[in-house]
Amino acid sequence: MTKVTMTVNGKARSAEVPDNTLLVDYIRENLRLTGTHVGCDTSQCGACVVHVNGQAVKACTMLAASAEGAEVTTIEGVAAGKDDLHPMQVAFKDNHGLQCGFCTPGMIMTATDMVSRYKEAGKTLDEKAIREELEGNICRCTGYHNIVKAIADGASKMA
Amino acid sequence: MTDQGIGARVLRKEDKRFITGKGKYTDDIVQPNQAYAAFVRSPHAHANVKSIDTSAAEAMEGVEAVLNGHQLTGDGIGNIICGWGITSKDGSPMNMGAWSALATDKVRYVGDAVAVVIADSKAQAQAAAEAVMVEYEVLPAVSNVLDAMKDGAPQIHENAPGNQIFDWEIGNKDDTDAALASAHHTTTMDITNNRLSPNPMEPRSAVATFDESEDHYTLYTTSQNPHVARLVLSAFYNVAPEHKLRVIAPDVGGGFGAKIYIYPEEIVCLWASMKTNRSVKWTSTRSEAFLTDAHGRDHVSTATMGFDADNNIVGFKVNTKANLGGYMSLFSSSVPTYLYATLLSGQYNIANVYCDVQTYYTNTVPVDAYRGAGRPEAAYLIERMIETAARELGVDPGELRRQNFVREFPHQTPVIMAYDSGDFAGNLDQAKAAADVAGFPARKEEAARRGKLRGLGYSNYIEACGIAPSAAVGSLGAGVGLWESAEVRVNPVGTIEILTGSHSHGQGHETTFAQLVSERFDLPTDNIQIVHGDTDKVQFGMGTYGSRSGAVGMSAISKALDKVEAKVKKIAAHVLEASEDDIVIEGGEVKVKGTDKAMGWHEVGLSAYTAHNLPEGMEPGLKEGAFYDPTNFTFPAGCYICEVEVDPQTGVTEIVQFTASDDFGTIINPMIVEGQVHGGIAQGIGQAMLEHAVYDDDGQLLSGSYMDYCMPRADDVPSYTVSHHSTTCPGNPLGMKGCGEAGAIGSPPAVINAITDAIGNNNLSMPATPSRVWAALQQVSAAQAAE
Repeated sequence: MTKVTMTVNGKARSAEVPDNTLLVDYIRENLRLTGTHVGCDTSQCGACVVHVNGQAVKACTMLAASAEGAEVTTIEGVAAGKDDLHPMQVAFKDNHGLQCGFCTPGMIMTATDMVSRYKEAGKTLDEKAIREELEGNICRCTGYHNIVKAIADGASKMA
Repeated sequence: MTDQGIGARVLRKEDKRFITGKGKYTDDIVQPNQAYAAFVRSPHAHANVKSIDTSAAEAMEGVEAVLNGHQLTGDGIGNIICGWGITSKDGSPMNMGAWSALATDKVRYVGDAVAVVIADSKAQAQAAAEAVMVEYEVLPAVSNVLDAMKDGAPQIHENAPGNQIFDWEIGNKDDTDAALASAHHTTTMDITNNRLSPNPMEPRSAVATFDESEDHYTLYTTSQNPHVARLVLSAFYNVAPEHKLRVIAPDVGGGFGAKIYIYPEEIVCLWASMKTNRSVKWTSTRSEAFLTDAHGRDHVSTATMGFDADNNIVGFKVNTKANLGGYMSLFSSSVPTYLYATLLSGQYNIANVYCDVQTYYTNTVPVDAYRGAGRPEAAYLIERMIETAARELGVDPGELRRQNFVREFPHQTPVIMAYDSGDFAGNLDQAKAAADVAGFPARKEEAARRGKLRGLGYSNYIEACGIAPSAAVGSLGAGVGLWESAEVRVNPVGTIEILTGSHSHGQGHETTFAQLVSERFDLPTDNIQIVHGDTDKVQFGMGTYGSRSGAVGMSAISKALDKVEAKVKKIAAHVLEASEDDIVIEGGEVKVKGTDKAMGWHEVGLSAYTAHNLPEGMEPGLKEGAFYDPTNFTFPAGCYICEVEVDPQTGVTEIVQFTASDDFGTIINPMIVEGQVHGGIAQGIGQAMLEHAVYDDDGQLLSGSYMDYCMPRADDVPSYTVSHHSTTCPGNPLGMKGCGEAGAIGSPPAVINAITDAIGNNNLSMPATPSRVWAALQQVSAAQAAE
């Protein structure tokens, strides 16, 4: 067993977990933050993307112990306040960027990360770039058309 | 009128919980004292089970029980069945082999479960499952349908000699043979429809709880049709009688057919919950999903289409061999028969159509309905054939189609279907204009200057949705009726709950069904709640598949709304002292036409429940139900045009333009319908260019993860141009046809027609991967060099 301590969505959290506990299982099972999903077992689908110290990470590729001391943000923590929505969340709704909703949290976490990175680098996030950046996120419902539109829309609204 | 009614692009009510991570999927459910199941699965495709030693596993920490198939059958749990009986040409019934949820003496595909471990934690259950020692006597295996039918092939089920399940036919063979014999031109092709893995992003999951004090079971599960699941679990698998079994399908993360069926794992979790007196949870890994979720397609066909001297189609003859896997899944027999060959007339007026279908067992996971289910296979055949025929005849492929279109409705085809409406030429024209087909030669030339081969392909699909009426499908072998039910509850405060037997797993029913009510009673959709997916709340329903929830599910709601409307008008007429005929419902009020007399909508609700002043003899309350059984299938149709560019150096193909014109009848929410088309097209492009579920000759699945099975990703697909040109369906009160599967049905032939046009070689099968396209290009070069 290992004691892990990290900040999740702004709250200090701590628990004793088996050494081999994945970050995604810690988030889902221990913290009961079930918005982070598991869609595969080969780190391909991106349903489990969270932010660790401000970077998008597939939570299935990382041990909980490796996130010791980290700042973790999940889909439940992206909005500014309890009754708020992040502009990217709004954009997914406004553009019908989701159907079954299972890949959506990972998509939104990937999207906000890609927008921030492009903004920091001063690069343009056009349709081609969005599609390439979504390499690690699989959606089976939408055919990506409206996800791409949603991310472009969300990017324009992220100050 | 409300701006949230029929035809409005209303944003989805359900989105809030999904974008905030608050969706409640089965794996999110935690029950008190929950244990976890892990299955011991066969690593062999075909083997006799000699012995199972569970002693080491049972001794491991946290292990509650290790259970096997003999215990399961010993407790009276019944075999898994196929619910659609097919009769062979010779009148004999199909050869359905026994399928126990846990194999007893023999395993028939890699992943076939032989035992289950129940333990305190998922990790403990998985570790103990590894420790179960199974001794197998490995048998020769067969994974390909053409091998399974050979003399001397390994025999998979004793009661299916030669592995054949049935040999079925439809249409008139002699007339079709005669028409083809006298045809001016015939086109013959061998066409394979590749095997696919459905891959809804949420893996299957089940949480079963047995309550000993009530002898009652609750099952949370990833189902498209929880009532069908309960019926089958009760009536055939003897898990529990229906009144002692509650099935809940909460938020379900995509289905695409794969979540129609009742799989071994759900049966075992229920049974194991009773055996251990604990809640038992199982969630599939993606690897297990590839091994155990029913696959789709896997047809091998030979087809001949004949034309007269004026290029009219005179006959179409097809032989199909279908691979149904190691066992017969719930609707497996209907897919390569009544959902397939009945659509072989396509959009065309063909006097003679004949198809015979032989189905076989193989040592692979069962094959069943996957988005489109039989109709993509039919559309692919017809649309590849007619495009090829146009090339052989030297005529424009769009015009060859147009000349043969069915133009008058109703139109009786030679293969059961009676098309009720459509304007196929209208869809063709709309798609051609949107795709700027006239500008294609210039684009091709421009692409050639960049060293790219540009091609254009058509697909004019027709499909059949809302399978019905029940009596007709019953006469064709269906074990269930295919109606839908609805209940409308107007609460005393005027809010409305709609209970529906349809199930939403991405389709947006909470929004579109509310729009229907909003349209009828001029109320905001926020006042309307859709209740579905729980057998304790909704009495019965047939669930969602086959694009049936609009045409059948919403028709049932519409019928129940009729009854509510009538009662509302009666109450208002009584209270307002007016004639029922003068009552109108609008703007949140129930009014007497042409006067200022009105009641608030909520006041009518309250009147119904206080019952202080109701018409003589009227029962209190405001709740009405309806069962709706359609009079016919519906026939969505459309025209898809795909344009590709192929890099001749690498064979890499890019879809540069994809245009759709669909006829779905009445559209409730265009935003949602367009989304359905986008997703369907992406799945069709996946089938055409990327996806292939491959077994080796020993029955090992080679495409068992997202590293090996190529799912469409955002940079594999284009943005789509989607438009509608609709005719009203005369068969249901709303005029709806269905939109859920069209994209997946119509797109594969458009893509392959475009690629084969670009490369100048028709010898190309799906998936058209870069290596296959490159190889086809080399054939062209070799042929040119030889000339």
